[in-house]
Amino acid sequence: MDGIHDMGGMHGWGTVAIDPDEPVFREPWHGRAFAMGAMSMGLSGTNLDAFRHGLERLHPYDYLADGYYGRWLACAETLLVDSGVLAPGAVEARTRNLMGEPVDEPADVEENKPTYERGGAGSLREIDDEPAFSPGDRVRARDMRTGGHTRMPGYIRGRTGTVHALRPAALLPDTNAHFQGENPQHVYTVEFDSTELWGPDAEAATLRIDLFESYLEAT
Amino acid sequence: MADPTNTKDRLPPEVRAEALESLLTERGLVKSEVLDGFINRFVNDVGPMNGAKVVAKAWTDPDYRAQLLADGTGAIKELGFAGPQGEHIVVVENSDDVHNVVVCTLCSCYPWPVLGLPPEWYKDPAYRSRMVREPRTLLSEMGLDLDDDAEVRVWDSSAENRYLVLPQRPEGTEDLSEEDLAALVTRDAMVGVAKVSAG
Repeated sequence: MDGIHDMGGMHGWGTVAIDPDEPVFREPWHGRAFAMGAMSMGLSGTNLDAFRHGLERLHPYDYLADGYYGRWLACAETLLVDSGVLAPGAVEARTRNLMGEPVDEPADVEENKPTYERGGAGSLREIDDEPAFSPGDRVRARDMRTGGHTRMPGYIRGRTGTVHALRPAALLPDTNAHFQGENPQHVYTVEFDSTELWGPDAEAATLRIDLFESYLEAT
Repeated sequence: MADPTNTKDRLPPEVRAEALESLLTERGLVKSEVLDGFINRFVNDVGPMNGAKVVAKAWTDPDYRAQLLADGTGAIKELGFAGPQGEHIVVVENSDDVHNVVVCTLCSCYPWPVLGLPPEWYKDPAYRSRMVREPRTLLSEMGLDLDDDAEVRVWDSSAENRYLVLPQRPEGTEDLSEEDLAALVTRDAMVGVAKVSAG
C-alpha cells in the first residue's frame, strides 16, 4: 500500500544524529510495547507480515506521533482487536480508568482469529520451481499497485536493474499478510544504479534490494 | 476512535501500554514475568557485542572470514548467535573500494541476533528516506566522510535477508588479541555509518 511507511526517497525529514549513549529502551514502556508487540502475533493468530501490515494501516499521525514503540503498541492493539481477543475500545477504556477518568469497559467479543495454512516456522521455504532469473539478468520491477501489503517499495516500481544474487526462497508477504496463502517464491537481490532511481543528477551510488520473483519481469 | 490528529485527546502511550498489559494479564494471555524476561534478553544478552565477536574473529582468522562471507548465517551460528530476525544473514565486506551501508526503508528490519534492537537513528524517517537517495550526504552528516572514488553500496533490507557489514580492520591493530579487537568494533560500523578506529 502507498502509505507513510514507504519512506524511501521522501524529502523533508531533516537530518539525524547518533546518540552514543542511547539505552536499548529509552522509556520503560518502550520495552513493554516491544514485548507485547512481539507476542501479539501469536496471541492474535496472525504472523509477521500481518504485523508489518498492521503498522502500515495505522493513521499516519499514529504511525509517527509516539515513535517506533508507539507504533508497535498501536499495532498490537490493532491485531488483537481484529482477532477479537480484545473488544474495540477496550484499551482506550482501560487507559482512561487508569488515568482516573472512570468509564465503562466494553464487554468481551467473540474471537475471530484468521484460519489459514502455514508451511512451517519462519519465512524461508524450500521450493522446487526453477528460478526464473539468474545473476546478471536484466530485470524490471513491475509497476505494481496494491492497497494491501507488499514489500516492494514505491521507489523501485518500473525501474530496471541487474540481478546480483539468488537468495533462499521465502513465503510471499503480499498474500501471507492477508492469510491468503504463503505462495513461496524465489527471492533475488537486484542492483539498481542511483541514476535509474533518482535521475541523472543523483549522487553516485548503487542500491541493492531484495525482491520476490513475482515483483520482477524480464526486460 | 478519536481523531488521531487531535493531539489534545491523545492518550499517553505509557498508560496505553499499562492498560494493554493489564488486559492481557488478567485474561491469562501473558505473564508480566515473561515480558520482563523478553525485555531483559534484549537489554543484556542480544546486542552489538555479539556482532563484534563475529567481526573480530573474521579479522583474525582467514578461514572464518571466508566462511562468514560465503554463509553468514552458518558462520554466525557457530559462535552461538541465532534467533528472530536472523533467518538468513548475509555479511558484506567493506574495503578501500566499496563502502556498504544498510537501511530498511519500509520498516526497520535489522539483524537482531548480531546487533540487538535497532537504535533510534536507524528507525528515524530521515535515515529511512535519505539513505537510499543521498547516502554520501547523509553519511557525511552522520560523521562519516568517504573517499570520492569509493563505491557506495546501499542495501535496503526489504525481504527476510538481514545484512551485517564487515568493517575494515583499522591500521595499527596488528598486535591486538581477538578480544581486544572486539572491544573496538561498534554497532555503527556494522551497519555502515561509521568506520572502526584503532581506539
